[in-house]
Amino acid sequence: MAENVHISGSLRRRLTFSLIGGAAILAATLYLVARSYSAQIAQQGQDNILGAAVSSILDVAIMRDGAVEVDFPYASFSMLNTPSDDRVFYAIHQDDTLLTGYEDLPRAPIPVGEKLGFATVEYAGTSLRLVSASRTLVGADLRSQVTVSIAQTQDALAVAQNRISRNVALFGAGFFLLTALLSFWASATTIAPLKRLTQSITRRGPTDLSPVSKPVPSEMAPLVGSLNTLMARLEQSLTRSEEFIAEAAHRVRTPLATVRAHAENTYQRVEREDNRAALRAMMRAVDESSRAAGQLLDHAMVTFRSDNLEKEQIDLVALAGELVRNLSPVAEMKDIDLILQGDAVVEIEGDAILLQNAIRNLIDNALKYSPVESRIELNVTATPRPQVVVCDQGPGFPPDRMQALTNRFSRGENAGDTVGSGLGLTIARDVVAVHGGSIHLSNRAEGGACVTLSF
Amino acid sequence: MRHIIVLVTALVLWVTAGGPLAAQDWEDRRVFGTPTSNEATLRILSSTDTVFLAPIIEGFIRANPDWAVEYLVTGTADADMLFRAAPDRYDILISSAMDLQLKLVNDGYAHALDGVEHPEWAMWRQSLFAFTSEPAAIVLNRAAFKGRELPQTRQELITALRERSDYFTGRVGTYDVRRSGLGYLFATQDARVSETYWRLMEVMGALNTRLYCCSGDMIDDVAEGRILAAYNVLGSYAAARQEEDDRFAIIQPSDFPTMMMRTGFVSVQSVHMDEAEAFLRHLVAAQTGQGAQAATSPLPPLAVSADGSAGAIIPLDPSLMAFQDRLKRRTFLEEWENAVIQ
Repeated sequence: MAENVHISGSLRRRLTFSLIGGAAILAATLYLVARSYSAQIAQQGQDNILGAAVSSILDVAIMRDGAVEVDFPYASFSMLNTPSDDRVFYAIHQDDTLLTGYEDLPRAPIPVGEKLGFATVEYAGTSLRLVSASRTLVGADLRSQVTVSIAQTQDALAVAQNRISRNVALFGAGFFLLTALLSFWASATTIAPLKRLTQSITRRGPTDLSPVSKPVPSEMAPLVGSLNTLMARLEQSLTRSEEFIAEAAHRVRTPLATVRAHAENTYQRVEREDNRAALRAMMRAVDESSRAAGQLLDHAMVTFRSDNLEKEQIDLVALAGELVRNLSPVAEMKDIDLILQGDAVVEIEGDAILLQNAIRNLIDNALKYSPVESRIELNVTATPRPQVVVCDQGPGFPPDRMQALTNRFSRGENAGDTVGSGLGLTIARDVVAVHGGSIHLSNRAEGGACVTLSF
Repeated sequence: MRHIIVLVTALVLWVTAGGPLAAQDWEDRRVFGTPTSNEATLRILSSTDTVFLAPIIEGFIRANPDWAVEYLVTGTADADMLFRAAPDRYDILISSAMDLQLKLVNDGYAHALDGVEHPEWAMWRQSLFAFTSEPAAIVLNRAAFKGRELPQTRQELITALRERSDYFTGRVGTYDVRRSGLGYLFATQDARVSETYWRLMEVMGALNTRLYCCSGDMIDDVAEGRILAAYNVLGSYAAARQEEDDRFAIIQPSDFPTMMMRTGFVSVQSVHMDEAEAFLRHLVAAQTGQGAQAATSPLPPLAVSADGSAGAIIPLDPSLMAFQDRLKRRTFLEEWENAVIQ
């Protein structure tokens, strides 16, 4: 069926890709956020140490005899030791004059209300984190602003950041992989009800147009609702047309019988051979129409009874025997021997009228295609399965179209001028199908066709 | 008149040699190997006496016969000054003044070497490599302490000096920390650890201590009996000298040890970068027992304690820059002068 459907994309693939894409975006965002956050924390750590160093120097600045003295502790610098041996630069300014330290080292602007000012500057050909703090010293007759600035390279920070980045990247990649795997699982789970619905519809018999009754997810409810409505409408229109056909056939049959009776009467009376020939042709046509109408009725009845099957215990042998007795006169007209063979009793559960109809149609067909002075054999057996086999000595089925022959109004190409509507095998097939059996067409090696109904 | 002759000679040398280098008054200057050209000569500026490094340099020349090494010796403070003035003139700087060396590296004068396997505490920025660990020692004239117990700590030295102050007056010695970078390093580290240093300096100052530029001179004078006690002498020099001269005793103070590391680095402006790197690697390998020279070198090796840590050695980190600060140095020297020069 799928080959008749235009396919545009796949829900499952789209769902999977959306989930994987989302995971990729999340993982990338996670990586960027975690990295920038850790960079901030690492920077905060360095800033804190630099701030402490600056404060420890500023604390010991005193004004003595009008001169600033800064005898800072050894620890001020030893605390700046890092695993990457970062370079350290410092400067102590009195007002705008360099007291000691590195010339040209810039001072970080100190925001109003803050004790420390931070900046990242370029100095000595490298990028430095710079911290400044200042304090007002009051001497005997002068006030001085002492500013301490310490700057440090960021090698250790870069090492830490690279390590964090690597770890976060690994974490993000792991997260992404896990989510990708989960998304395959999630899309499979999501798509499963759709698959179940497809399977339950595919598995249905050809005449099953009942609504889908199994619960479906809410997103699929409109689709299944529409499907149910469509099937209900289809069934309704199917029933209506079957009824129409039955009604039509019934209405045609009665007038046809009247015409047949008049034609027969007239045939007895006319003498001229050409008139008699015309009447024979007319009667033959009427027979044909009548038979077709009968088969249409049969078919409609099969369809109707299939929907409301009444099963009872039936003996197939008895049923076949009755048919053989009824049809023997017709067979004798063509000098055909109608022979019933097989087991004594073959019992199955089934609808007698339907089965009778099916077997009669098979015998009808056999009679129609059998040459004069031939045999038609009915084999009814119980093992291995209850079976009815009808074989004739006619031309057989065209081998290439055997399966299609059971379709409605389909006739073999070698049917020639034999009268027939093409409904016989269809009726037999439908009857066997409602009994849970199968029909099998074959040709015999010595010539002639065989139809096997297995129950 | 003599001064003028010296000056003229110096001037002539300057002109003939074509630069201020020739005018430099080196403590020692020696060329190893046969210089094929000026291009193939490594210039090593060092505060370490030639005899200590000679086996290592000779080993390097053997491995690189096309190269020559010009080894220039001067004091630590001098070496620092000369190097800062012309970093492109020297390929390698070796000094015992860790603080000066570290500050040079911090100020960007050193070239970083990749992949040198060396303990973390014995190098800085992959540029400055320590290759010895040497204690500061007290050197005593044995005759002066005949029949007496040798002082083992700074406190005992103070007591010993005070007991016989007339005997020791004018006959004690220590570094002139104003002139010697290593002396300044030892003094600042001592002062950082204990107040005893200042008391010792006051006692020595009261005894009219003599001040020296270099360990060698102090050891000579103690051996000869010109002075009887010297404080903060380089233990390695004293030990080397003692092998042939038993007139003095070497005491490593047991109250707290002061250990320094001799360090070297490649100048960032070296014109023979590859060879200079090779020499420094050779030096480090030889001094950490990886090279063939380990046994023959008179230099003490880099002592790695059992747990791989630096032990009592002055840490090679930015704290060394504290006493290099101009204000702090001035304050320290004022205090030192107040104690020592009376």
